[in-house]
Amino acid sequence: MLSKRVVACLDVRDGHLAKSVKFVNTQNIGDPVEKAREYYLDGLDELVFYDITASSDKRNIMLDVVEAVASQVFIPLSVGGGIRSVADATDLRLAGAEKINVNSAAVTRPNLINECSEAVGDQNIVLSMDVKRVEANAEQPSGFEIVINGGRTPTGRDALDWALEGEKRGAGELVVNSIDADGTRDGYDTVLTAMIAEAVRIPVIASGGAGLPEHLHEVLTQGKADAALVASMVHYGDYQVSGLKQYLHEQGLKIRMSW
Amino acid sequence: MTLILDYDAGNLGSVRRACAEVGLAAEFSCDPSAIVQAERIIFPGVGAAGSAMRSLRERGLDDALKAAIASGIPVLGICLGMQVSLDYSEENDTQTLGLLGGRVQRFKLNQPELKIPHMGWNEVRVTQAHPVLAGIEPGDEFYFVHGYYPNPTDVTHALAVTTYEGDFTCALGKANYIGTQFHPEKSGRVGLRLFENFARWDGVWNGSQISTQAQVDGNAQ
Repeated sequence: MLSKRVVACLDVRDGHLAKSVKFVNTQNIGDPVEKAREYYLDGLDELVFYDITASSDKRNIMLDVVEAVASQVFIPLSVGGGIRSVADATDLRLAGAEKINVNSAAVTRPNLINECSEAVGDQNIVLSMDVKRVEANAEQPSGFEIVINGGRTPTGRDALDWALEGEKRGAGELVVNSIDADGTRDGYDTVLTAMIAEAVRIPVIASGGAGLPEHLHEVLTQGKADAALVASMVHYGDYQVSGLKQYLHEQGLKIRMSW
Repeated sequence: MTLILDYDAGNLGSVRRACAEVGLAAEFSCDPSAIVQAERIIFPGVGAAGSAMRSLRERGLDDALKAAIASGIPVLGICLGMQVSLDYSEENDTQTLGLLGGRVQRFKLNQPELKIPHMGWNEVRVTQAHPVLAGIEPGDEFYFVHGYYPNPTDVTHALAVTTYEGDFTCALGKANYIGTQFHPEKSGRVGLRLFENFARWDGVWNGSQISTQAQVDGNAQ
């Protein structure tokens, strides 16, 4: 049986580790390579790097960060942020990224998912979706809307519909990030996660809102997620990856406990 | 010299980095004459069986690899690199290298909550002792990403099993050849240990006592 995964997300801006609250205020909290190594040694199952660098001339810093991390962290490494073309994806793969996350650019140009999954393989393309709660209406019958550009721009696109389209276009996995919950530490949006996880046949990583170990347990059981993504709760030292895994293991979930 | 077979089969950098981490210097090569002279070969691969076999044949690497294996040097196949060592793959209806007997089959799953590909961390249970698998303890997990699994004809070639819906063979070996379905280069400390073992292995293995576990031979799907 597959183990449920604990995934840590590192937001990287200009080569530094940043953490955002509701994607607005970002603060610098350290060296991404050091953090990555620390989590790896503490039993992390997968690592996600999100490049939130604003200017394109600093994008190459990210390739250096990925390369440095890939030579000392021997677990799957997923990278996203600003991927607009197959060339962006293959550059990151060569630098050592296992999986490529596409997000805003795929909403604007959905064929990006097909192109990338053909170029690097379905299983390596992750569709990362930022989702906001809305009143259910004709355009967004699920009551969830896709937003882009770090949560600032609504798209009018229904989240469930987009998840299904992403799967059809060749995404091998979904990251479902609740913008409402992101940075709050009040818990994942379990309703959103379960809705999507039950509708697709690809793995779902729940993201946004983790603050307590119970939140991970909730989203991995009621939320039907295959993996739970954590950020602030480990970045600031409130919890350790190994402690979270121990807790989930004690709750009876299948968790990788030796590393 | 250790060579990592480079035949356009995906991202090979992670294999080289894992080798470097355990002190095994390895170079990429797609040159058949270099392959037959190598001291040790790693045969990785992600992607599809059909295009992998085409690429191997076009470069003359299929025969070079067979010659290298016949010479007795240690060879490690990983994921697709392992799968093409059998006779046949259901993926793209492909005749593969036939280094050992058996087929590669698509998972046929009944439980709707189980997904294809089988992706993530899963336990590897060693059923036959092998120098390259030394140090894998009960409960140790490796990282998998695959929709097809190997089903060797000869049960004595099966070295380890993993359970998805049923049990399937996740490592197989014959003489100086060993192959894994999982990705040791992405499997943390236990994965690196496997590379360390491979770096020290002289390529000699004549089979060990088969434990009762090995009777679960991957036919459970």
